[in-house]
Amino acid sequence: MSEVAIVGVGCVGFQPILPELSYKELMYEAAVKAYDDAGVDPRKDIDVFVTCAEDYLEGFSIFDEFVPDQLGAVLRHLFTVSGDGLLGLANAYMLIKTGHFDTVVLEAHSKASDLLTLMDVIAFALDPVLNRPLGGHPYYVAGMEMNRYLHDTCTTVEQCAQVVVKNKKNACGNPYAAYGANITLDQVLCSDMCFYPLKKLEISTPADGCVVMVLASEKVAEKLTDKPVWVKGVGWCTETPNLETRDWSKAVDTRLAAEMAYKTAKIHNPRKEIDLAEVNDLFAYKELQHMEALKLCAYGEAGKLTEEGVTARNGELPVNPSGGLLGMGYGLEASGTEKLLEVVLQLRGEAGRRQVSNVEVGLAHAWRGIPTTTGIAAVLSNVK
Amino acid sequence: MSEKIKNYRGEALKSADIKEGRVPTEKCRPKAKFAWSAGIAIGRFLEELKKAKIIASTCSKCGRIMVPPRIYCENCFKPTDGWKYVKDTGTINTYSVSYLAADATRLKEPILVAIIDLDGASEGMGIIHKLGEVDKEKIEFGMKVRAVWKPKEERVGSITDIKYFKPVKEETP
Amino acid sequence: MFGKKRVAIVGAGLTLFRRRLKETGKELSYEASKMALDAAGMELGDMQSVVMGTAPDAFDGVHMKGEYLADGAGAYRKPYTRVFVGGGTGVFTPLAGWWHVASGQFDSCLVVAEEKMSSCYPHPQFAFTTIFDPILERPLGMNLIWIFALEMHRYMHKHGIKKEDIARVSVKNKGNALDHPCAQLGAKITVEDVLNSEIMAWPVQRLDVSPTSDGASALVLVSEDVAKEVTDNPVWIDGAGWCIDSTHWTNRDLYYPDYVECAARMAYKMAGIKNPPKEIDVAEPYDPFDYKELHHMEGLLLCKKGEAAKLTAEGVTQRDGDLPINPSGGLLGVGNPIAAAGLMKVCEIFWQLRGEAGKRQIPGDPRTGLAQAWGDLMQYGSVIVLRR
Repeated sequence: MSEVAIVGVGCVGFQPILPELSYKELMYEAAVKAYDDAGVDPRKDIDVFVTCAEDYLEGFSIFDEFVPDQLGAVLRHLFTVSGDGLLGLANAYMLIKTGHFDTVVLEAHSKASDLLTLMDVIAFALDPVLNRPLGGHPYYVAGMEMNRYLHDTCTTVEQCAQVVVKNKKNACGNPYAAYGANITLDQVLCSDMCFYPLKKLEISTPADGCVVMVLASEKVAEKLTDKPVWVKGVGWCTETPNLETRDWSKAVDTRLAAEMAYKTAKIHNPRKEIDLAEVNDLFAYKELQHMEALKLCAYGEAGKLTEEGVTARNGELPVNPSGGLLGMGYGLEASGTEKLLEVVLQLRGEAGRRQVSNVEVGLAHAWRGIPTTTGIAAVLSNVK
Repeated sequence: MSEKIKNYRGEALKSADIKEGRVPTEKCRPKAKFAWSAGIAIGRFLEELKKAKIIASTCSKCGRIMVPPRIYCENCFKPTDGWKYVKDTGTINTYSVSYLAADATRLKEPILVAIIDLDGASEGMGIIHKLGEVDKEKIEFGMKVRAVWKPKEERVGSITDIKYFKPVKEETP
Repeated sequence: MFGKKRVAIVGAGLTLFRRRLKETGKELSYEASKMALDAAGMELGDMQSVVMGTAPDAFDGVHMKGEYLADGAGAYRKPYTRVFVGGGTGVFTPLAGWWHVASGQFDSCLVVAEEKMSSCYPHPQFAFTTIFDPILERPLGMNLIWIFALEMHRYMHKHGIKKEDIARVSVKNKGNALDHPCAQLGAKITVEDVLNSEIMAWPVQRLDVSPTSDGASALVLVSEDVAKEVTDNPVWIDGAGWCIDSTHWTNRDLYYPDYVECAARMAYKMAGIKNPPKEIDVAEPYDPFDYKELHHMEGLLLCKKGEAAKLTAEGVTQRDGDLPINPSGGLLGVGNPIAAAGLMKVCEIFWQLRGEAGKRQIPGDPRTGLAQAWGDLMQYGSVIVLRR
């Protein structure tokens, strides 16, 4: 079975709002960058195109219709994954692994600014009979989860707030980040209480942007680039849609996804073998919970490590050097590809001011947000 | 299939079961509101419609004059190179006489809808619009039609700035 | 195929298709999945991955409905993906299942397709109003039937095909569906019935159209090694093809589905099929409208352009004809819960190739069959080739 590599990346955004470009033009701009980066002509060189989108986030039924032209995929083999960009990566990876396809393009984007009622749409994802009629802002689900997580692990609110300080600071060095800032722990702790114990500054803000990547089989990758980033393993899992029966404290989906990815990638000791991690931080506590589920540390240990600076960019285990979603902005279904982009740039040594030294293995992780329990993890390396 | 399984699962309901409350239901209307950026190409297209003009974009590689305009040629996958006005006349590529409104309710007076290949654009470059001032029995494939514009003060930069297309008599050479 | 993994279908499941079912989408997904697993003699625990196919969220009235349906589809704590290519989804979903197994990532995959269109109340048409471009098309008050009417009219005009030539498809499929235990609209009708039915958007009349439906279907896919353990009678997925055409559907000549041809060529190449009309023993092309069956037969290269109506008139496409088309009764007869209907076609080919189609069984000894679905804005083709 062929190895799979990422051979080109392109990103536009992320910015709080990109009003001058339509979603199509946004995707086109990112695609052109990715194809230039990979040195491919999409009209001839690409076997399959994968786009990741959800209808209600776009304002369409069947968003797939509006995708091919701007990616160069007219009369080509394209499909939509209704999921996070990282789930698109999983499918692109499998396609190449079949041996039938050599080149796959992956696209995910956010035009969150086109959607005026994001929270109402998210509420529309709740169970229509049991949960939705109760009303309220859907992020109360995150408040409940954070509360249980803090209760079970003795993680402190200060430790959660520290994630925000770190990530927004990291984002200051990232040209793709929308919300970089130097803020203090007190500012986070004093921000409005929204969904107890979750505070305003601990919640990622939506942003517009698009990420396109080109993946290739071993033989094609080595022709195209001398800096391939290898996809060593991908794992994904859905726990349960039911609020009533899920595990509220442990991010089981992410743990199972990580186990699958590590198995393929032959990672036995994640903490030691992974040089940097980009984990989902849609809410600050999620970074901590996810670090634990990803086995980067013991259950309940992530808060302490964060406080000690272990997860800072120059720490022993850099987590979200990109600035994460708290710093880059919440890119809806592109959230996972924001993470993936950073890992690729870091492994290529192209992360500029954010570059972490001596990196060989990186981890990208995504979670699909409220109200889902779907997690995806990918292990990447610049060594085959 | 057929021998092994005696019972296919599923319990059919009638419309009346819901209307008359014989089965429990939960009703909800989604609050999904959007404001799409028209973007560069369609933004320009809408501005031109306001001026009662139809604009296309052009690709120097394949030579196509494309309407609705786009900033990239999807065939060549390169940026388009220029803008070009096309005529507000065209020919009927295909048409339908619709007795259904958007919500599937039945109309007494049908809507006449057509794909109109615009003059001055590349062959087959059509837009979808409605037909008016024509007997539904007299519509034909290949019929020449012309846009009927709303008056200037009513045009807002929308596809509906064109009220409809109506037949034009063949001009004598 | 040397060095590449083969994937087998070992079980299929289907619920009733009805205008409105009492079961929720989750419950329908469960029923179809359970039937498929039982048919395969396997359990949910044997399934290493799950793929869901389901069309617009606006039908079920749930954002991210793939997530919502997950537990019904047996995805609890499993790797789970939803794929979505409009009406093409039903046939595309097993293609996604195919690469889950063909990649070597999993030895098994449960493929589920669900549609609960009746939740969109009072009529599923409301969901279709948002498939159009919001700036150029929706302001015109677009109706889904329009685009079919425009395409059908263009097809008729280009080839000089008459309404009665097309109506025969509806007569045949609704007749075939009389033998389908899950069918919603099996009926014995005549060409005159079709021609006299209510005009919706000329040339589309009531009996040219498939209904809206609730329903679910499922398949169990396994690797070659597992297939050998669980059955003597596997059906192999030998060809996978899919293709999308430009969003600018008004810039294309709608008389011919280039995207279906492109998808078919991809699948035929993979399956090593050189002469489709000769090598394909039975086909289930997508027939949400009667003309679409003809349109798709041509796109699938099962006959020449413009020739499908003639073959239909000659009886070639009947169950006992040389090239049986939609022996299940198709969407026109069995019903059209979008994604579930597409997958129903794949189930039918599976049963036909195994000789398990009961009253619908085509004569002879069919070895190779195909199913195809169409989707998006006159734009998407998905094709699967199965072999015994």
